[in-house]
Amino acid sequence: MKALATQKTALTGNYAVAYAVKMAKPHVIAAYPITPQTSIVEKLSEFVERGELNARFVNVESEFAAMSVVYGAAMAGARAFTATSSHGLLYMYEATWWTALSRAPVVMTVVTRTIGPPWNIHVEHNDILVLRDTGWLIAMAETVQEVLDLTIQAFRIAETAVLPTAVGLDGFVLSHSTEPVELPPQELVDKFLPPRRPDVPLLLRPGEAVTFGNLSSDNRDHARHKIATVYTAQREAKKIVSQVDEEYGRLTGRRYGGLVEWYKAGDAKNVVVCMGAWCSDAKQAVESLRRRGISIGLMRVRFLRPFPEEEVAKLDQYERVIVYDRDITPLGGVLGTEIKAHLSRAEVVNIVAGIAGVDFDAQNFYETIQKALDGSYGEVEFVV
Amino acid sequence: MSFRIDQLPKKKYVVPGNAACAGCGMMIGLKILGMALGEEAVLTIPASCASVVQGLSPKSGVAMPILNVPFASAAAVATGIAEAYRSLGIKGHAVVWAGDGGTSDIGFATLSGAAERNSNIIYIMYDNEAYMNTGIQRSSSTPLAAWTTTTPMGKRERKKDVALLMAMHGVPYVATASIAYPHDFYRKLKRAAEVQGFKFIHLHTPCPPGWRFDPAKTVEVARLAVETGVWILWEYDHGHFRLNPPSTVYADRAKRRPLVEYLKLQGRFAHVTEEQVKALEEDVEARWRSILALAKAFPQS
Ligand SMILES: Cc1ncc(C[n+]2csc(CCOP(=O)(O)OP(=O)(O)O)c2C)c(N)n1
Ligand code: SF4
Repeated sequence: MKALATQKTALTGNYAVAYAVKMAKPHVIAAYPITPQTSIVEKLSEFVERGELNARFVNVESEFAAMSVVYGAAMAGARAFTATSSHGLLYMYEATWWTALSRAPVVMTVVTRTIGPPWNIHVEHNDILVLRDTGWLIAMAETVQEVLDLTIQAFRIAETAVLPTAVGLDGFVLSHSTEPVELPPQELVDKFLPPRRPDVPLLLRPGEAVTFGNLSSDNRDHARHKIATVYTAQREAKKIVSQVDEEYGRLTGRRYGGLVEWYKAGDAKNVVVCMGAWCSDAKQAVESLRRRGISIGLMRVRFLRPFPEEEVAKLDQYERVIVYDRDITPLGGVLGTEIKAHLSRAEVVNIVAGIAGVDFDAQNFYETIQKALDGSYGEVEFVV
Repeated sequence: MSFRIDQLPKKKYVVPGNAACAGCGMMIGLKILGMALGEEAVLTIPASCASVVQGLSPKSGVAMPILNVPFASAAAVATGIAEAYRSLGIKGHAVVWAGDGGTSDIGFATLSGAAERNSNIIYIMYDNEAYMNTGIQRSSSTPLAAWTTTTPMGKRERKKDVALLMAMHGVPYVATASIAYPHDFYRKLKRAAEVQGFKFIHLHTPCPPGWRFDPAKTVEVARLAVETGVWILWEYDHGHFRLNPPSTVYADRAKRRPLVEYLKLQGRFAHVTEEQVKALEEDVEARWRSILALAKAFPQS
């Protein structure tokens, strides 16, 4: 089947999202433009207007409305999609919590971008990370091909885990650069992605008096609901992510490793950890360093939520763990902080770099990895 | 459309066990909503008294499907439900049941957005003229001079006229209604259910604790609002604008009952001076002038 209709083409990251969404056949799409997300919704509205995608495209007045529309649609049983970036995601924030705690299986693309002030449209990861405590599943792609594959997978994952799922791609680095991609045949996607079950989390239908979200008679019930949603469901989602990646790999020949991807780390003494598009640069640096006899590998975080505890725990066997963050918090980077919290033996160096869209390429990785191994860096190091 | 009250559906959609205050005007409105649309309506309710009066989950004092949603989001969530039903081929009405705060203030952008894109929803703003759920704070729909906990000396600004603003969006259907006139509200709900696109009904719902009156007098207060001309019943249907009975006769100022009769029943106006009463009367008159001008400017039927 694969050989029959797989189409090789070249797409930008944003168009890869749009094609993936088209193949996932959502019922309802709502989104509000923001750079660098805009070309996703432009392309999708074009698909809908041309009759190539039979979905309801709702033009909304804000991101808050976009998230609210897809929330309502998902609760009514529809497959629903939205996309945003940076300030748009912040503007949706209240509704993103409501979506997660309702177990509404919405899929959202987040084209990652710096949060102002000052205004800055370039890449950074702080925006998508605001979702980390909400209950959303959060994935980050490395390449345009993975953007496409991950977006298709996200619908299956969201609807199986019954949790909203965000797929991140680096603003401009992936969203606007063109790469060759393979489009899986529609029949294959149809097989991989069965129709959405409308009765999960509930069946909202005229004449059926179910209520959702009202005050609870028992705060313990409410507490249990919360724990089941943000803790237990996240844990269960780990297996789902791996299984979905396996199955997708069987169908397309592209398997990514589930929650994380290990790269040349098996025999290494030290390991780099990162997520997103710059992992490709980091891999290049790892190659060069290995050629020079330095014992180093890499772990790429594909899913920050569910958090890959088991894989992260394996980092403790390395001497030095160098975690790269393209985001900044008062404690350093998010990834660095979370990974440090899970390790007891390995020495962790957290490098915060590339924030505000500052260029950070393979050469920068090469140099900073060396310095981290030299011991010339503190626990948290800011590289600008 | 004509009908008799004794022929209305007998099934009760507001059932014992709900958590409303005694004499809650909004609950009368919900009952009529149940009669008119009960088997067809899927309610979206933003944070408000309406999210409380349902009673405590897993039970419910309102026998209709209800999705409770964040304060500002109702019109957009209902849009999502309506679009999902359209896509899935399900028949039913996505109905918003929202307070004046959720409608005229925090939710105004989603409301206006849904109106502008003509989303196929029925939006009902029940107007108790303040934020009651959080303990009687002013909203932009609180009338001039009314006491609330955040306008302890009386509100300085006039009441925002949300229904008129919605009509000016040029949507298919907008109406005002009052819980003292259930026939009129029922008919307007039925009409809204026939219309494709965006429908807005602004329902006046007195609130005994918030307005400081005897809970036995809810309907009397609501009726006095209409009889004094404070609340005007009208309807905007596909570009046709008309006054509705019983308000029609009050176009004539002389036929209206004195405003003080309405004010004196309510503790929230207890402090008003003669000057403020004058200002309120002028405000009522100004509203009538615009409504009558609109009735003239737009075709009647
Ligand atoms: C974002 C947000 N801000 C504030 C609140 C607190 N809040 C809940 S209900 C409410 C007032 C509701 O007023 P209204 O819409 O007039 O309905 P009523 O309570 O009068 O029925 C407020 C301020 C909230 N739930 N969410
Ligand atoms: S405070 Fe007013 S509106 Fe709210 S439930 Fe009580 S009577 Fe009804």
